[in-house]
Amino acid sequence: MYTQALNTAEADDRGLEDAAEAAQFQARIDAEERIEPNDWMPAAYRKTLTRQISQHAHSEIVGMLPEGNWITRAPTLRRKAALLAKVQDECGHGLYLYAAAETLGSSREELVDAMLAGKAKYSSIFNYPTLTWADIGTIGWLVDGAAIMNQIPLCRCSYGPYARAMIRVCKEESFHQRQGYEIMLTLCRGSDEQKAMAQDALNRWWWPVLMMFGPPDATSQHSDASTKWKIKRFSNDELRQKFVDATVPQAQYLGLTIPDPGMTQDADGHWRYSEIDWTEFKQVLAGNGPCNRDRMAARRKAHAEGAWVREAAAAYAAKRAQRQTAQAAE
Amino acid sequence: MATANIEVSETPLVLYALRRADDALILGHRLSEWCGHAPMLEEDMALSNIALDLIGQARELYSYAAKAEGGDNDEDKLAYLRDVRQYRNLLLVEQPNGDFAQTLVRQFFYSAFADLHWRAMMSSRDTTLAAIAAKSEKESAYHLRHASEWLIRLGDGTEESHTRAQAAIDHLWAFTGEMFAVDDGERALIHAGIAVDPGPLRGRWLQTLSDVAHEATLILPQNDWMQQGGRAGRHSEHLGHLLSELQSMQRTFPGLTW
Repeated sequence: MYTQALNTAEADDRGLEDAAEAAQFQARIDAEERIEPNDWMPAAYRKTLTRQISQHAHSEIVGMLPEGNWITRAPTLRRKAALLAKVQDECGHGLYLYAAAETLGSSREELVDAMLAGKAKYSSIFNYPTLTWADIGTIGWLVDGAAIMNQIPLCRCSYGPYARAMIRVCKEESFHQRQGYEIMLTLCRGSDEQKAMAQDALNRWWWPVLMMFGPPDATSQHSDASTKWKIKRFSNDELRQKFVDATVPQAQYLGLTIPDPGMTQDADGHWRYSEIDWTEFKQVLAGNGPCNRDRMAARRKAHAEGAWVREAAAAYAAKRAQRQTAQAAE
Repeated sequence: MATANIEVSETPLVLYALRRADDALILGHRLSEWCGHAPMLEEDMALSNIALDLIGQARELYSYAAKAEGGDNDEDKLAYLRDVRQYRNLLLVEQPNGDFAQTLVRQFFYSAFADLHWRAMMSSRDTTLAAIAAKSEKESAYHLRHASEWLIRLGDGTEESHTRAQAAIDHLWAFTGEMFAVDDGERALIHAGIAVDPGPLRGRWLQTLSDVAHEATLILPQNDWMQQGGRAGRHSEHLGHLLSELQSMQRTFPGLTW
């Protein structure tokens, strides 16, 4: 109901935005106030957030697929339960992010349709395959680790519903990250075969994970406005550097080698990584990653095959409402 | 080096725990196959949740079976190192997910039974079984509610959902008889007040089914020919494929810690 009310409010064309309202809005942002769904906001702010939150939601949902690939093959019952619970958490994140996006006036259905039509993006990291059990550890350790690095600042994002969703998401993600690291630790303390499996996974995921922070600052499109609106508090390169600095010692503790022979530590203690292959990033974004087609096909299949179920639920709800109305009229 | 199957000394108590553990694990595994592919996100969550409950039940029951056996086996050995002929689950729970209707009908038939079964087991003279039952009963009650509500929606939803739900009932009906079968070893445990006698539960189970089917405008089959064999390790062809996936890591990398 809440969302529908907002949709109605959205329907009127604001045309030129009131300069006074815009100034007042920016003053609230500068004063670190939270913007709430019914507050006035510039159309571009709404659009930016809708795009970002829905992409985030799509990423959670598509992200269920690479890890879901190992639920039926997890090596022990404890790992199986933990992985299933983790993937279920990701689904929960998707759900409350869609709910946060809905407060901006777009329905979950519209947002999902845009993703299934290939018009909305999701994180490019999920277009890589999970080939061994060590990939599950690596995703928890690095992919969730990178996500936390990105999302902790979002807990202070100017848009209230997104900021609050992020607080909950971050708590769960940090649990996932520790779980992933623990899988890696177990592998690295295991047999030579297990350690090789862990190293191989790190080799394959390292560079794609660094790409998760987005293009270098010099070429990033959205950062300026997002920074002004306090949606984004750190630049892509700043977050990437924080992540690398945090991760290198963790890899050392595991006894694994970061697949970057050119990496050096500077006088300030920062680990300087080599040039990232942005051609690969662009190719994956353009749909040419190893799993883009499989991921989209899986989501489209689930959506198409679930249509009759959703229709049945809607039809039953309508019948029930009709019966209740008829009963009340008697 | 291939990993050999473990040997299990199937005393009546071990076998009793193992059968219930296998039911829970295999059904939990089947439900987990939906994760990421369900008709709506809410069902990705719900089916995963039910799967987690069932896997949790399986772990407790396997641990208890291993303890009752008193040897080197543990929950993972029991789950990952027995082959098809050593698995003791109901044929019903190993049936493939099929469409959403088939998954829900399978769940409905099982949960309607499990709910009664766990409730009865809460008075077992075996305190571990009684404790496992107390926890499992709460979970089963929710699983039954979830499946019942869906069956009503599907049965009384659209023509297509009605047809699919009815087809699922007709298809899975023959696997329900096995839930009420008892062998001699189990009979002795029943007499000792340890195991639950499933026979007397059938009337109430059927009543639950009839009530829900009636509201769902679905018809329960009259056919009373029932498939059996799961409890003795004579399974359908489906179980071997499920196990080859479930056990692939332990079979490929024997004896490692994960």
